[in-house]
Amino acid sequence: MTRNRVIGTSVKRREDPDLITGRGRYTDDLTRPGMLHLAIVRSPYAHAVVGRIDATRALEVPGVVAVYTAADLEASGIPGVVPTAWLLPDLKTPPHPLLAKDRVRYVGDGVALVVADSRYSARDGADLVEVDYEPLQGVSNPRKATEAGAPQLFDEAPGNIAFDWELGDAEATDRAFEGAATVAKVALRNNRLIPHAVEPRAALAEWDRSAGSVTIHMTSQNPHVHRLLMSLASLGLPEHKIRIVAPEVGGGFGSKIHHYPDEALAAWCAMQLDRPVKWTATRSETNMTDAHGRDHVTEAEIALDEDGRIVGLRANTWAAMGAYLSTFAPAVPTYLHGTLLSGQYAIPAIHVHVFGVFTSTTPVDAYRGAGRPEATYIVERLLDRAADETGLDAAEIRRRNFVPPDAFPFQTQVALAYDSGNYAPALDRALEMAGYDDLLAEQSRRRADGDGPLLGVGLSSYIEACGIAPSQVVGSLGAQAGLWESAKIRVHPTGSVTVYTGSSAHGQGHETTFSQIVAEKLGLDVDQVDVVHGDTREVQFGMGTYGSRSAAVGGSAIVTGLDKVIAKGRRIAAHMLEAATEDVVFEDGAFQVKGVPDRAKAWGEVVLAAYLAHDLPEEMEPGLEATSFYNPSNFTYPFGTHVAVVEIDRETGVVRLVRYVAVDDVGNVINPMIVDGQIHGGIAQGVGQALWEEAVYDDDGQLLTGTMLDYALPRAHNLPSYELDRTVTPCPHNPLGVKGVGEAGAIASPAAVVNAVVDALFHLGVRHLDMPLTPEKVWRAMKEGGRS
Amino acid sequence: MVPSAFDFHRAGSVDEAIELLGRLPDAKLLAGGHSLIPMMKLRLAQPGAVIDIGRIQELSGVCRDGDVVSVGALTRHGEIAASEELRASCPLLAEAAGKIGDPAVRNRGTLGGNIAHADPASDLPAVLIAVGAVVHLAGPEGRRQVAARDFFVDLLTTALDPAEVITRVDFPVAAPGTGQAYLKHEHPASGYAVVGAAASVTLSGGRCTAASLAFNGISAVPHAADEVVSGLVGGTLDDASLASVSSLLSVRDPLGDVHASGEYRVELARVYGRRALASARDRASG
Ligand SMILES: Cc1cc2nc3c(=O)[nH]c(=O)nc-3n(C[C@H](O)[C@H](O)[C@H](O)COP(=O)(O)OP(=O)(O)OC[C@H]3O[C@@H](n4cnc5c(N)ncnc54)[C@H](O)[C@@H]3O)c2cc1C
Repeated sequence: MTRNRVIGTSVKRREDPDLITGRGRYTDDLTRPGMLHLAIVRSPYAHAVVGRIDATRALEVPGVVAVYTAADLEASGIPGVVPTAWLLPDLKTPPHPLLAKDRVRYVGDGVALVVADSRYSARDGADLVEVDYEPLQGVSNPRKATEAGAPQLFDEAPGNIAFDWELGDAEATDRAFEGAATVAKVALRNNRLIPHAVEPRAALAEWDRSAGSVTIHMTSQNPHVHRLLMSLASLGLPEHKIRIVAPEVGGGFGSKIHHYPDEALAAWCAMQLDRPVKWTATRSETNMTDAHGRDHVTEAEIALDEDGRIVGLRANTWAAMGAYLSTFAPAVPTYLHGTLLSGQYAIPAIHVHVFGVFTSTTPVDAYRGAGRPEATYIVERLLDRAADETGLDAAEIRRRNFVPPDAFPFQTQVALAYDSGNYAPALDRALEMAGYDDLLAEQSRRRADGDGPLLGVGLSSYIEACGIAPSQVVGSLGAQAGLWESAKIRVHPTGSVTVYTGSSAHGQGHETTFSQIVAEKLGLDVDQVDVVHGDTREVQFGMGTYGSRSAAVGGSAIVTGLDKVIAKGRRIAAHMLEAATEDVVFEDGAFQVKGVPDRAKAWGEVVLAAYLAHDLPEEMEPGLEATSFYNPSNFTYPFGTHVAVVEIDRETGVVRLVRYVAVDDVGNVINPMIVDGQIHGGIAQGVGQALWEEAVYDDDGQLLTGTMLDYALPRAHNLPSYELDRTVTPCPHNPLGVKGVGEAGAIASPAAVVNAVVDALFHLGVRHLDMPLTPEKVWRAMKEGGRS
Repeated sequence: MVPSAFDFHRAGSVDEAIELLGRLPDAKLLAGGHSLIPMMKLRLAQPGAVIDIGRIQELSGVCRDGDVVSVGALTRHGEIAASEELRASCPLLAEAAGKIGDPAVRNRGTLGGNIAHADPASDLPAVLIAVGAVVHLAGPEGRRQVAARDFFVDLLTTALDPAEVITRVDFPVAAPGTGQAYLKHEHPASGYAVVGAAASVTLSGGRCTAASLAFNGISAVPHAADEVVSGLVGGTLDDASLASVSSLLSVRDPLGDVHASGEYRVELARVYGRRALASARDRASG
């Protein structure tokens, strides 16, 4: 009899009872006796010379204990910077000090620290620190920042150019365009986004003077990476003298991957004052200091032959880096973006040119999807533009250009080798669910009759490279870290299991999903498995959670660890059963002699034997525990097709998303409910980008949308119920056959929605509109038609 | 939230609130707190003292007396939206209150706080203008009444003296044959009104005997669109006539932000004004 499978079932998230009843403990919930509070004085100017800083009045505020500036940090002898951890050839890396010294470069750049015995006194003190600024001209648009006469942010980076990066064969691409029957173009802006994790960033730092070590509880997606960067670049303490703990973390979307000054500053203050110090960002502070996402200016074109087959694709992108290079910032518009420009299509010639540009704005870094939404947006807008120019239907032109199923593994012209894929079935299923032909007929009817809102249908056939990533590959591309993952499987004498994983969750449900993997492999109940993560003292080492990597890389590490445990169990069982190890199999929670089911030892018996060690095979160590480090051999390549259906009020331009169909292929699915949840959230974020969200800076670099009063997040009542389905093409190179799902929704949906809106307005001559598609923008486009 | 320091007082009566307001420097009344507290959080408001009026019984409730329905200043948006009395006698107010924010906001926010704050994007000010409400104030010099049109003076500025308390607002009971409608274009971030159109029309024998229209969101104070409705009395309010008058809307210095410029707001107001009038007409005859 085979046990019911655990993998593939919607086990309820074990995380939720605490989280939804208010028992979750987040960093800001923690307090310590004698704890002080840190407030950071931040620049109100986008670009200014910093003169005298006068703390006299701040120090008079009752409760204020200390005020520090960059000079104090310097005097303490610490390295004092936050580095970038991804290097490109000729990358300009002007230092990003923990506090700005002579010059501030964005609104929010820290200039002074106020530590006080309450949050209120700290803030009162911060308001009274007097800083002399000599304002300079700022610049927020990445393309304008490269133009002659633009304000220069760093002497080391003439023209504000941090890097100039190309990929693909320029000459072959030029030739493809010369011989093309059709060329379609688009000039677009990928709007800058603010991540908005529900929990703002926070840190509580404790200094143990006797041990010479610091413990930092903080909002981290990757505690070990934070520890490494704190040690090497910020604090200068040896790595083993820093402990980082991520308690409950309320979302991140990338913003809590990066290493920022603030958490290190809290630690430095704790060390100076020998008291616990807490820093918790306010929402406004979060909005101006959490690394933003996207912010590209792109010109792209696509070339096709007479049959509507793509012969070439070309893109030039100016990607804002913001005021300093954030942790993984240089990788995002390059290796996570340029490499994805083949989409789901067999494109024989591609060339991409990216300028990374310093702007006097909040730094930009990975945000849910990180480079891949930008790439998908370019490719899928171009496919629609190509459909416009060739007269082919939007679905047909995609189908005609898909990489065919027998062409895998498929080497693209932009470095990636897609491991597996089968694109047409996902498109077909999505069209069928949407009722594509009926929708197009209804669209024509409404156009002809002139009544009812305009109807638009948009497709997005996306690809992503995730499960980040093979260490050798990323190393050769400039990553200053390996991107493997670790797991430790500790089997307790009574047979239950604790798993230590380097994938540090922040809301995704790892504890549930990983327990399912262990339960399935060992034949246990999920309740017999505990998952420990997010503490550098408990967990060996780990790379963290981002890039849709936790199941594909972290989960695979758990599987290889389980394999080691099972292998040892088989040797013990063979010994107990007086059989050869090769003849013993582990199935349904028991070790048995192959083909002889009654010669078997239960899991519990074997585990106990390992710990009793009364009679183990010769030279075998007692105990049952295994550590594994899993290094993937390739990225994984989830894909799918999404269909957005919009209605547009003809008088006001208000866009209503009326239906959203998503067919995704994320390989094998461990917990369908959790996977659907990831898709749901990702779609909401992508629709938010398409319709509402934008971090708006004025020309001088003042953030005009710094609060939730101005920055428009998607809300439940603005979204339809999604219609979801899946195809399953397992990943061939990891033991679970999983690909990752965390970013798919956010990658696919902006293009689907924009394509739908442009489709609705097509008969008026509209060929492109930039996100967000505010009612006013749409209204103007309707008025001006093709002139827009 | 990290506001600057303030003293906290709770007033047991309107008189006590007035006395505290007169005595304490930089004092602010606290009703539902849903405008004041966000301002304090951002330190845009730093009152020296906060006087909580939230428990003064006499300030709360809906009460009809003849052809006037009085609504206490402390009546919550949610109570207004749900009030059977108001849905019958001043449906415009109930409808607009029901479109404010979300349930949490409606369960805390109050009528008095909403109009005292005089945010141009609020939903209630134009309602008061459209129906000709009267605001009742109490202060150290005694009590007085101010017509809605005179109450809203400028952006975040009203006819209220610093030491006065709004006690209630009187709304005329809608005449027989009256239909009303509030239409709102929600701000995508804040949920406040980019444009809110408040319309009221009265029909008799198929002809319009009274019509009014006012807008939130498009100008510093609610815009009373007399230029639009003045020609409607005596007519049948057919779609063509509504379309033609709605284009008469004229707004000086319209408000704008990154989500909607002044030009677009005026255009939206023309559309929403026409639709609100049409909906009011349909309700009046229906
Ligand atoms: C998330 C959110 C969304 C919102 N959305 C909307 C919306 O869509 N539409 C909308 O119209 N509003 C909206 N609001 C505002 C809400 O309606 C407020 O409740 C209202 O504007 C203020 O009422 P309050 O009782 O909360 O006043 P408070 O915040 O307590 O006070 C506001 C001001 O009025 C003064 N005040 C209060 N009562 C009196 C009185 N009786 N006499 C004299 N002065 C007084 C106070 O001193 C203060 O200056 C929203 C608020 C929030 C937080």
